[in-house]
Amino acid sequence: MIIYLNGEEHQVEPGTSLTALVTNLVADPRGVAIERNRVIVMKSQWDQTMLADGDQLEFVQFVGGG
Amino acid sequence: MTETTKDLNQDDSWTVAGRTFSSRLIIGTGKYRDYAQNAAAAEAAGVEIVTVAVRRVNLSDPTQPRLTDFVDPKRYTFLPNTAGCFTAEDALRTLRLAREAGGWSLVKLEVLSDQKTLYPDMIETLEATKVLVKEGFDVMVYCTDDPVFARRLEDAGACAIMPLGAPIGSGLGIQNPVNIRLIVEAARVPVLVDAGVGTASEAAIAMELGCDGVLMNTAIAEAKDPIRMARAMKHAVLAGRDAYLAGRMGRKRYADPSSPLAGLI
Repeated sequence: MIIYLNGEEHQVEPGTSLTALVTNLVADPRGVAIERNRVIVMKSQWDQTMLADGDQLEFVQFVGGG
Repeated sequence: MTETTKDLNQDDSWTVAGRTFSSRLIIGTGKYRDYAQNAAAAEAAGVEIVTVAVRRVNLSDPTQPRLTDFVDPKRYTFLPNTAGCFTAEDALRTLRLAREAGGWSLVKLEVLSDQKTLYPDMIETLEATKVLVKEGFDVMVYCTDDPVFARRLEDAGACAIMPLGAPIGSGLGIQNPVNIRLIVEAARVPVLVDAGVGTASEAAIAMELGCDGVLMNTAIAEAKDPIRMARAMKHAVLAGRDAYLAGRMGRKRYADPSSPLAGLI
């Protein structure tokens, strides 16, 4: 199935959890906040959050800024 | 110890939303050559708070350096900022994500109006402040130097008022000292000049006006020697603060000799 992550298309297997996706893509997920379909998913919920076809995800973190 | 030196050694910290800081300078973490230079500038400036932005994780290149590897969030208070947001809705979304990413509620709100001036949109800013306060955030608010809006923000629950000295990144200095002074006199929460400072004397002016602190980014990051400018800003803020506390002499129209007239040969 297809999800949209930070604006880009990604192929994922059905039944993939948010934790599995994060672990696969981000070396150190500390300090990463996630929004799924415009709703924040708290870290404690990543394990039980199963991705669905067409999900819109945003992975954000702190970067340098004014 | 004389009275005077005792006074000088007294703690001159300031408190925002229950958090106490001794440095009155806050710097940004943007526009530096790299994060290492940024970290060196923070060190030289003696700051305790740095502003940070919230952006998408770079998934295509995980080897990109990360801010937190250079500027330690255990040592510095990270103040998430909504720079780049042009609506209250975008700013709210950004700060909710910031709270999830960092786990704390002290944030800086700025809602801008247009790319050319980056002037704050005060209607959107006030609306966003109200929502954030209701959601339990401690909101430091970037705003115009309008004393009326400053009071409205304070009434809405802002924990600090941060009027611009001049447009963001312009380095034009404090354009309206009269208004900054009016805001300082009326406020019951800390007032910090945010944006517009270009060099050390202008940071000193902000502090001489009675501000509780100064926030800057470009003045340091775009100096030819950012580390030296960071140190200059540290001294300027301290000097301006001391001058404010000391109370300046009165202005006179004519000369007034410093040496006694009696005993002239």
